[in-house]
Amino acid sequence: MNETRSLFSAQHFRRRRHRALYVVVLALLAAAFALVFFFPMYWMVIGSLKDPAELARPAPTFFPESFHPEVYVKAWNELDIGRYFLNTAFYALGGWLTQLVVDVTCAYALSKLRPILGNVVLAGMLASLLLPAAALLVPAYLTVSDVPLVHWNLLDTPWALWLPGAANAFNIYVLKQFFDRIPEELLEAARIDGAGRVRTLVSIVLPLSGPVLAVVSIFAVIGMWKDFLWPLLVLQEPRTQTLTVALSRLSATGRVPLTEVMAGLVIASIPMIATFLVFQRSILRGLAAGGSKEG
Amino acid sequence: MTATSIRGGRRRRRRTPDPISDQAMAYAFMAPAIACFALFSWYPLVRGVILGFQRVDFVTEPEWVGLDNFRAIFGDPLFWTAWRNTLEFTGLALMFGYVAPFFLAVVVNELRHFKGYFRIAVYLPVMLPPLVVVLLWQYLYDPGNGLFNTLLRGAHLPESQWTQSPRTAMLSLVLVSTWANMGTATLMYLAALQNIPGELYEAAELEGANVWQRLRHVTLPQMRFILLVLLMLQIVATMQVFIEPFQLTGTTNPDTITVMVLIYRYAFTVNHDFGMAAAMSVLLFLVLGAFSAAYLRLTWPNDR
Repeated sequence: MNETRSLFSAQHFRRRRHRALYVVVLALLAAAFALVFFFPMYWMVIGSLKDPAELARPAPTFFPESFHPEVYVKAWNELDIGRYFLNTAFYALGGWLTQLVVDVTCAYALSKLRPILGNVVLAGMLASLLLPAAALLVPAYLTVSDVPLVHWNLLDTPWALWLPGAANAFNIYVLKQFFDRIPEELLEAARIDGAGRVRTLVSIVLPLSGPVLAVVSIFAVIGMWKDFLWPLLVLQEPRTQTLTVALSRLSATGRVPLTEVMAGLVIASIPMIATFLVFQRSILRGLAAGGSKEG
Repeated sequence: MTATSIRGGRRRRRRTPDPISDQAMAYAFMAPAIACFALFSWYPLVRGVILGFQRVDFVTEPEWVGLDNFRAIFGDPLFWTAWRNTLEFTGLALMFGYVAPFFLAVVVNELRHFKGYFRIAVYLPVMLPPLVVVLLWQYLYDPGNGLFNTLLRGAHLPESQWTQSPRTAMLSLVLVSTWANMGTATLMYLAALQNIPGELYEAAELEGANVWQRLRHVTLPQMRFILLVLLMLQIVATMQVFIEPFQLTGTTNPDTITVMVLIYRYAFTVNHDFGMAAAMSVLLFLVLGAFSAAYLRLTWPNDR
């Protein structure tokens, strides 16, 4: 009755002939999705667990003849996957914190402190969203290698990822939109009680901003974890590299056993899959919000 | 009311905001963000354009060379190859990654079961780090014992060299990229589909419109906005493709070298010439900027 109506009506599916067709289409589509989207991932996990000789066989087996989970220990220790994993986790964590501190304070000021020229600043930041990353690749690299005025070399340091990552106009925009909806009276009341600007931010604004902080945090961590080209440029010293940059380098040497590379791929994927399974709702809702926005 | 510092006025009740220290406070709060944008976004944009006209060797001062960098890249046959490959990649990627998710979303939207499953399945690859996706597919594409050729052998079909043959290399890259990215477009289409008022379909059906007519005259016009926006975003994104050609076929393969790979190669591998790389970046920036502006001008809903 109050069913949402799409191309076909609900009645349409109640007809016997159509219902049979529906079940067939549903089953086929479900199987096709499993085959296309899940099977390659199954193949990656299964490949990592096979015996190297079995993996190298011209006729691959769909189910391993013997399992070798010890390859994960080997990869973790001998290929230094452990170090790269911890590097990546450290970069993601620090990048998340930097983004939160820099972007929240900026959005709060833009939204609640009414700075002169605030709109100009915001427009300048939003304009950066239109810039293709490609346009900045070389000059941004030069900037990181020799920061103007202070002449720091940030190459091979976490700051080379954290500081450019903090310049995130999308975060600032989303946070500002959210802060704008927090009623002015609430802040006024806090001010009358003697709270300063920092206090108001920490004890009034932030506790009210749980949902938006969660979304920004999730996307910050995902973004840091997935990035490749920038870390490839600015982390040239192998010890400092992220997991994916190191895997790219290791696989290119051709000297590393394929099962260990596979194990590395699985290890690099686990945090992302776990994040998705835990925060599925927020992630899908965030996407849906982007999709349903009407002009 | 005196102009005590805001934190100092703990016990004092301030009725009127203090404009000067409020402004100072606001800019103090924004300073880190402004510094980050200035250093890593605004300044590099200007510097990138300047670099395009300079020779940089890091020994002597950068030297102004006018259009030399542009002349050098126009004279490089790889320049034209890279642009052709990039356009080919973008075209193919749109065919698969823009059109297919639309039909996928339309079909999934009609289903009354397992919607969560379909959403998770199509989006899971988006979560994988791109390098993982590319290395996984490299293993699937392996001409000797990769899964794809095993399946083709099993079905008695001719095997393919996938990324290693000029005929199939670009298509192979597009397939990887589509697999990894189509979840985003699919879910955005799905969300838009769910926002279409059911009465529109109802009315169309009462007037005797069949399924195709309903799709053509209700679904498509209602999705106009998201279709137009995603088309632009995807063109801009696929024109900057990097990791697939970089990892699967390398920076030297003329079959698949793209604009981004060539910029990387000019700057960091073969040429070590930041001026040439910057000039190439400026060209890409101009092309994408002109395209975006023209596209928005043509398609943005104006007040009629």
